Amino acid sequence: MSVRAANTDEGTVDEAGAARFAELLANEQRVEPTDWMPEGYRKTLIRQISQHAHSEIIGMQPEGNWITRAPSLKRKAILMAKVQDEAGHGLYLYSAAQTLGIDRETMFDQLITGAAKYSSIFNYPTPTWADMGSIGWLVDGAAICNQVPLCRASYGPYGRAMVRICKEESFHQRQGFEILLHLMRGTEAQRAMAQESVNRWYAPALMMFGPPDDDSPNSRQSMAWNIKRFSNDDLRQRFVDMLVPQAEILGVTLPDPHIKWNEERGHFDFGDLDWTEFHEVLAGNGPANTIRVARRREAHEDGAWVREAARAYADARAAEAGASQKIAS
Amino acid sequence: MRSSRGLSHVHAGSLHAPDETMAVRNARDLYTRRAEGVSIWVVPASAITASDPDARGAFFESPQGKEYRHATYYTESDAVPHL
Amino acid sequence: MTHTSNRTISDAVTAETIATAGEVAPEAVARYAVGLGDDALILAQRLGAWIAHAPELEEDVALGNIALDQLGHARSFLTYASSAWGKTEDDLAYFRDESEFFNRQLFEQPNGDFAQTIARQLVASVYFDGLYRALSLSADPTLAAIAAKAVKEVDYHVDHSVQWLLRLGLGTEISNERMQRGLDAVWPFVAELFSVDPLSENLAGIAVDPASLQADFDRVVLPAIVDAGLTVPTAPAARGGGRSGVHTEYLGPLLAEMQVLARAHPEATW
Repeated sequence: MSVRAANTDEGTVDEAGAARFAELLANEQRVEPTDWMPEGYRKTLIRQISQHAHSEIIGMQPEGNWITRAPSLKRKAILMAKVQDEAGHGLYLYSAAQTLGIDRETMFDQLITGAAKYSSIFNYPTPTWADMGSIGWLVDGAAICNQVPLCRASYGPYGRAMVRICKEESFHQRQGFEILLHLMRGTEAQRAMAQESVNRWYAPALMMFGPPDDDSPNSRQSMAWNIKRFSNDDLRQRFVDMLVPQAEILGVTLPDPHIKWNEERGHFDFGDLDWTEFHEVLAGNGPANTIRVARRREAHEDGAWVREAARAYADARAAEAGASQKIAS
Repeated sequence: MRSSRGLSHVHAGSLHAPDETMAVRNARDLYTRRAEGVSIWVVPASAITASDPDARGAFFESPQGKEYRHATYYTESDAVPHL
Repeated sequence: MTHTSNRTISDAVTAETIATAGEVAPEAVARYAVGLGDDALILAQRLGAWIAHAPELEEDVALGNIALDQLGHARSFLTYASSAWGKTEDDLAYFRDESEFFNRQLFEQPNGDFAQTIARQLVASVYFDGLYRALSLSADPTLAAIAAKAVKEVDYHVDHSVQWLLRLGLGTEISNERMQRGLDAVWPFVAELFSVDPLSENLAGIAVDPASLQADFDRVVLPAIVDAGLTVPTAPAARGGGRSGVHTEYLGPLLAEMQVLARAHPEATW
């Protein structure tokens, strides 16, 4: 895609552009690809949108893992549709990032060489079927809390991609909740499977909102740019407040003895999270980091000859069309 | 994408494809998974000619101040029925 | 959060609408429907394994759509069939052993590389297209309704396979070679599709005579192969027998994977 590049020369100061950019933000208006934008804004967006896209693509694996083993045909269909949606969401987001002047090949290359980051949550393995429930309820639940405000992100293409994604994802969390609900209403082995899975996913899901506010250096700038609309801790609190009553309906116990209603704050208190674990996984030492990237890389490399064939076919046909046009004239 | 008969096509999004035949199919697979459309057009990005964003002011200034093109400009006939 | 519009809720025939309607299939019809359901189910199971491994993200989405369509057909046929014995689609899918599966052997063949998958999809889609078109005229109204919905979807699957057949056949030397190998690998299982279906005996007017589908199949597939710069394979037909529960070595592991969780919890619902 060739969108006219925004003025990204760091050296030149486009005062009129800068004033217009500030005005757009102040008026809660959208910044579009052809508008002037500060280099930092552009870079932040490329990083955030491409990481988000990578997360969708890598996120296909932990659930894709259970498509062939889903325990009922209905669940198989739902899971297939969901994993497929994730590929679609990755594509929407890569397109949005491309409007900032980076192409998909570059981004994809960063992913499969391990240079790019993606959400750490997908570096946890999915050994049981209940994990399909936990991912939907906890991981997608946290993602939705994060993503709904992003629909109002100041960068137009990002916000529009997020609107589409949020609309489509509304079923993802519900189907996860229902998987757990059926397990909790099922046999003793099923209930144990559900609880064990929630125990594993609860804390990593809470960490999806990012480090605590006083340890999140980029957050302030992102909020000033209207990319991020709420702080990490605010979103995390909102999520816990939603989870507690839902866990009650499910009949699962959230693995945090410190969860308690705080009348004064009007929120649930909850215990501290183990951030060393978070940074370990982020640094690539999670249980499945290497497997996830290697699998995507393998698919990409195995498919190289297919992409090449499609290109060669298109080129040959274009050349043919060119030749016949010449003859006609 | 045309969401249903009688409506005009509206931009749905971008995608990659090796040629136009695959582009229409990829668009169908990517953008109509929930019955969002009954018709699809695809256009290569290189075929789009756009107005100059830097000339936005000059290009779109003219209609400003021509409120008399809108029915709401004519307030004296507000109370007259069927007008 | 706004939920997706109701436009997606249609009057299309699905496993759910069939289960709700509560139509009980006559036993002979049910046995025939099991074979049809198994064909679609086993192929969907195979295709599902592509998701997250396709050559392009766009193809992950495309193959996912096709797999979902086929799974939908399988669920409709199996739900209808199961009504004859007071069972469910899942009883049939998860608690039958290998020799009780009646799919034709083509559908259990492994994915191989993308070319082999496209070769199998080409044969399967054109076969289904003819089959469902004929079945939509069946005297059994439920089978006819399932087929009428399915045929529209399968039309698109044919197009998808043909587009890739052309690109791989005429693309590069390597892709041409791989596409030819893919066709060679699946070709021995083509003849079985048009051989006698023991499950359709005594179902005149209800079941489709497989032999009647061969001419249309040849008319579409053979020139498509030639147009793609490939050769129609001449390999002898495999022994067949899928409709009698005889299978190649590939079905057992496929079922083991598909059924493992459901069988570990035979009392459970999901």
